[in-house]
Amino acid sequence: MAEFEPVLLANVGKDNSHTLKAYEAVGGYRALRETLKDKSPDDLITTVRASNLRGRGGAGFPTGLKWSFLPDDHPGPVYLCVNADESEPGTFCNRVLLEEDPHQVLEGTILSSFATRASTAYVYLRYEYPKSLARLQAAIDECYGAGYLGKNVLGTDFSLDVYVHRGAAAYVCGEETGLIESLEGKRAWPRIKPPFPAVEGLFRKPTVVNNVETMACVKHIVDRGPEWFKSIGTPADPHNPRDPGSYGPKLYQVSGHVNRPGVYEAPLGLPCRELVDRFAGGVWKGRKVKAVVPGGLSTGLLAADQLDTPLDFDGPVQAGCLGLGTAGAIVLDETYPIIDFLYNSCRFFAHESCGQCTPCREGTHWALSMVERIKAGRGRLKDLELLGEIGDSIGIIPGTTICGLADGAAWPIKTALAKFRDELEDYVKQTNPAGYADIQPAIAMPAMTTH
Amino acid sequence: MVANQDWMSTTEPILSDDLLDAIRVYFPKYPTRRAVVLPALHTVQERLGYVPAQAVVEIAELLELHPSEVQDTLSFYGFFKQDKPLGKVRIWVCRSISCSARGGEDLLEYLCEKLGIRPGETTEDGLFSLEFAECLGACDFAPAMLAGSELIGDLTREKIDAFVDRVRGDT
Ligand SMILES: Cc1cc2nc3c(=O)[nH]c(=O)nc-3n(C[C@H](O)[C@H](O)[C@H](O)COP(=O)(O)O)c2cc1C
Ligand code: SF4
Ligand code: FES
Repeated sequence: MAEFEPVLLANVGKDNSHTLKAYEAVGGYRALRETLKDKSPDDLITTVRASNLRGRGGAGFPTGLKWSFLPDDHPGPVYLCVNADESEPGTFCNRVLLEEDPHQVLEGTILSSFATRASTAYVYLRYEYPKSLARLQAAIDECYGAGYLGKNVLGTDFSLDVYVHRGAAAYVCGEETGLIESLEGKRAWPRIKPPFPAVEGLFRKPTVVNNVETMACVKHIVDRGPEWFKSIGTPADPHNPRDPGSYGPKLYQVSGHVNRPGVYEAPLGLPCRELVDRFAGGVWKGRKVKAVVPGGLSTGLLAADQLDTPLDFDGPVQAGCLGLGTAGAIVLDETYPIIDFLYNSCRFFAHESCGQCTPCREGTHWALSMVERIKAGRGRLKDLELLGEIGDSIGIIPGTTICGLADGAAWPIKTALAKFRDELEDYVKQTNPAGYADIQPAIAMPAMTTH
Repeated sequence: MVANQDWMSTTEPILSDDLLDAIRVYFPKYPTRRAVVLPALHTVQERLGYVPAQAVVEIAELLELHPSEVQDTLSFYGFFKQDKPLGKVRIWVCRSISCSARGGEDLLEYLCEKLGIRPGETTEDGLFSLEFAECLGACDFAPAMLAGSELIGDLTREKIDAFVDRVRGDT
């Protein structure tokens, strides 16, 4: 196979890659000009559908299909929200795109707005990205100056405003309806669906929420065609008519105990081992892998013997994880205790639960309390069972909560228990030799970690 | 809103005309006033260092909301301070997995000891406010901290010392 040439990262690292001048010099906004000459919004939706592009925000939902749920007889306005909340631990590729090549994201945003007939697009940007804010706002200003944004884009009757809306340090704002509530000025409590945003979203109008990287992909699909996109990645399973495949280039992030943490671009389906060894230069300090989180903390753990898992939308599922998630791999070396991983994960989700659903609010906090107690050397084998019960009972999949945050909390617990049970049992026995077999109710420890 | 007027009659307005204008800039960007709540809270905290109760009342008045609606949104985000202004630099030290696995939490503890405060607090000289952060989206630079708008990655005790000295030296 010929060496894959980066597409999404093609400009990153070049001088002034964030400026309009540099972007136009490499063909930037050509796709937009061509589209506005003679294409209709429906043409664009057809193109994106034909590419089988699946959203890069975590759930892998087919983008063209999502757009086609918008009502076609609605008087408007329609809104596009670009999700730049990027708060899933292990994930940072949106930051790189926004800092180094914001015009690529903007061109995708403008094209997507045209396709969805949106007249306003909001970029919901997490607060902790000040450099992204500066670069993105400067790029937006350049676009207004050049006629790519504003009234009558490039002299056509398509008009579009793009505004940046800053978040305030809450993970749940990345959930699409939490994002919408937050944008409306309220607490970011995710909404019960249906109605889905396409029907009733921001300001109760039809709304599409898409990830930053999804926007960048749209630009390249329009520019190079859906066949090009489908020539990259893992093909759909011919025996499963509902499998949309995993097509296109993907930004893989890798962090944790590796020699070269960073963001790397490869065709979807990159084996986890290649990401760790070839791209990230292997495990630090000459150590071995104990576990890898394949796609952001929510996705759970791959064990060391699962590193041949292809990182496409289906691979991690087959390996007993939640999914590809954000493709943010986190590598843990052989010396890192799984109880520490569990503690960190449970603390994160307990801190970020919005508190709206009882199973999530209570479950994440009980899980944290238990893991805290185990870590402190007062655990019992029974606690592992109780943890497993929490893992199995919270989330959209069992149907007890409104949003996917609870599923994200559950998978690290479930996978740690399924794949590292021996280590956890040993830990409990060694740290609590007198009490590990107790089955009496245990006294809760005072929470140490509330904000 | 009679209750507010009572309150306001005993309290000087805290948001200057200038600040109110800075919030009004956001009006044309949204179809509702309520959507301006977050931009308004950010604007006030950036200028005053915090969002005291009186500012909440005045934001509500400007946005034609009940103060409780603004307060409700504010209190959801652990981000806005109400009791006293933040220090000159607000430091966020990441404690999430990729940073923690590379020593981030020890560095947070080091910074606590160095500054003599716990997360959520501000030094008495008003220079530093310290916070723990969940993933800053900078795991490629783990362990990472965000100080004001400056990202400091591959963090070490030496880098922390140098940073603290720099801020102290600036004043
Ligand atoms: C708790 C939670 C947090 C999320 N955070 C993000 C995020 O930061 N960025 C993002 O694009 N999607 C995030 N998502 C997924 C969004 O709900 C939504 O599926 C996505 O933005 C759709 O974009 P896409 O179709 O382009 O993937 C999150 C979901 C959940 C449940
Ligand atoms: S699942 Fe958790 S985060 Fe999601 S809405 Fe319910 S309580 Fe909030
Ligand atoms: S885990 Fe610290 S920046 Fe992501």
